Amino acid sequence: MIRVPVLILTMCLLAYVHAAARTIQISPRQAKAIQGAINHAHAGDTLVIEKGIYNESDILVNKKLTIIGNNYPIIDGGGKKQLIVVVHDSVYISGLQLQNTGRSSMTDMAAIRLQNVSGVVVHNNRLLNNTYGIYLQNSHYCTISNNKVSASTKDELNSGNGIHAWKSTHLMIQNNNISGHRDGIYFEFVTESRIIKNVSTKNIRYGLHFMFSHRDVYADNLFVDNGSGVAVMYSKFVEMYNNTFRHNWGDAAYAILLKEITDSKIKQNLFIKNTVGIYMEGSSRIDVMQNEFKENGWGIRVQASCDNNVFEHNNFLSNSFDVATNGTMMLNTFNENYWDKYDGYDLDKNKIGDVPYYPVSMYAVVTERIPNAMILYRSFLTDIMTQVEKLMPSVIPDNLRDDRPVMKSWKLR
Amino acid sequence: MNTIVKYITLDLIKNKIIIIYTLLLGVISFSVLSIDSNSSKGLLSLLNITLLFVPIISILFATIYFFNSSEFIELLLSQPVKRKTVLLAEYSGLSTALCAAYAVGIGIPTIILTPSPAALVLLVSGLLLTLSFTALALLVFVLFKDKTKGIGASIIISLFLSLLFDGLLLIFIYSFGEYPIEKPILGIIALNPIDLARILMLLQLDVAVLMGYSGALFKKFLGSMAGSAYAIICMMLWVIVPLFLSVKIFRKKDL
Repeated sequence: MIRVPVLILTMCLLAYVHAAARTIQISPRQAKAIQGAINHAHAGDTLVIEKGIYNESDILVNKKLTIIGNNYPIIDGGGKKQLIVVVHDSVYISGLQLQNTGRSSMTDMAAIRLQNVSGVVVHNNRLLNNTYGIYLQNSHYCTISNNKVSASTKDELNSGNGIHAWKSTHLMIQNNNISGHRDGIYFEFVTESRIIKNVSTKNIRYGLHFMFSHRDVYADNLFVDNGSGVAVMYSKFVEMYNNTFRHNWGDAAYAILLKEITDSKIKQNLFIKNTVGIYMEGSSRIDVMQNEFKENGWGIRVQASCDNNVFEHNNFLSNSFDVATNGTMMLNTFNENYWDKYDGYDLDKNKIGDVPYYPVSMYAVVTERIPNAMILYRSFLTDIMTQVEKLMPSVIPDNLRDDRPVMKSWKLR
Repeated sequence: MNTIVKYITLDLIKNKIIIIYTLLLGVISFSVLSIDSNSSKGLLSLLNITLLFVPIISILFATIYFFNSSEFIELLLSQPVKRKTVLLAEYSGLSTALCAAYAVGIGIPTIILTPSPAALVLLVSGLLLTLSFTALALLVFVLFKDKTKGIGASIIISLFLSLLFDGLLLIFIYSFGEYPIEKPILGIIALNPIDLARILMLLQLDVAVLMGYSGALFKKFLGSMAGSAYAIICMMLWVIVPLFLSVKIFRKKDL
């Protein structure tokens, strides 16, 4: 008769386990279905939201829950409020379509807001037409992956960012597709995070914008057609690898704007058809290596306030101006780059040109000093001036030069 | 008038220099456009060639031609035809031939190899340049009696407009760089058909953004329809005003 207690014990255990990880189905029939289900759920439960339209907003997730959408149920904020606010650690959200948050000048209305949490995963959601897409606030070790975030904002004032992170650490932003927001990805005081394989296009301000965000890695991202490209400011130990910056083309567009960035690495990126490839101001100790600058208006604009930057093994192809600078002092090093405008020779056949290359053209100096002189771009006179300056340099900064220009372009990708 | 135009045009189409000019332009444009994979780059090179060769060849050839046919003009004037008719007929015949040369040499290759609005603008601006520099040659012809002096004047005019003018403009921009001089610059540009043609063409290409980057007004104004219209109207004035002046002077000229 010893088996009965064992049986009871087993049943109790099973019941406990069952109770600990229930799966709750939610259908759109009753009002406030999702919030109601969350209120009744226990920590560790899985909520499966069935396909349909849920007109719910300000859904507060204050338990450790797994929220899964079955075939992208639509949660619609009706243009008034926020949609989901997560205030508990280790929540998992996936498969939802979140749309139409409100717009407000008092609060930043977000489709998904993570507030003081860690270990939250937001995976594979569609966020359409929201002011802010995903908003991370003082959150750590969170993963935002495979989301499609899009909006169609018209002006900077009434719009928000696709993925917005503030005062967070150890984030992983991966495989997201962001378009039509103010800034695609916005980081402020975010450290030790990774932004990998995202696509950020047609945002009206920056594809990626970060400030005071140290020790972050950006790799394999694609930034296309953003109003002003990518801006990175006041950060240290930033690493950018293998990104593509394409067609950030406009009156004040940069592929990358670096302002007060130090000790960073920019490697193996492709800059194609941007107004300015890299614009640098007050930046030091940055390694710019193995990048390709192709068909840009300016390849690089280095302000005289930059020092100890190293430009090595890059390809400069078909840019209108390879390098421009605003001073005569140059504390940066250019070495072993390939310049398609180089017309020197290589007599000893060591594949390195025997005469140095001066990448700043005469006309680049003139227009840097007097922007209005741009009206004479491509006129016969300025072509002659550039040629004369090549023979007898007098205006161009003579210490900005590549002493070892390579004769053949580097095979970078 | 039509009869005179017809005879002059037919005479000029058989002219060796016109044929060589056409062939040269044709060869250059075919080679430039087929070598460069980037069509915008090819068009830029063709623009440079247009800006460099078309004005000087048009004005020199036209001046020499007018002076050489001065006896023919006197002969015609002994008949009961108006001076104005004869002069305008000379101009029309010559400009038709030169325009045809440009259209065949540059127009056909660009439209075949890179059909785009930019190619059309290149063609239009080249034709307008031809017309205005031929008109300037006519003005030179009525102003000077001596052929050598006339040719000298044409050389000076073409060098001034293609080289010296930009230099002076650059000095102007340099000295008044601190002031808001965008609008004066736009006015000054109108004084040079070569600059007008260059800007008209550049605004069709990607590099226009460089202009917007430094002087927003240039791009905003010149990039708009009004700006293109402004450039084209100014270039047309460069055809009409010299023509008008030369007719006026020629009427009273002692032959």
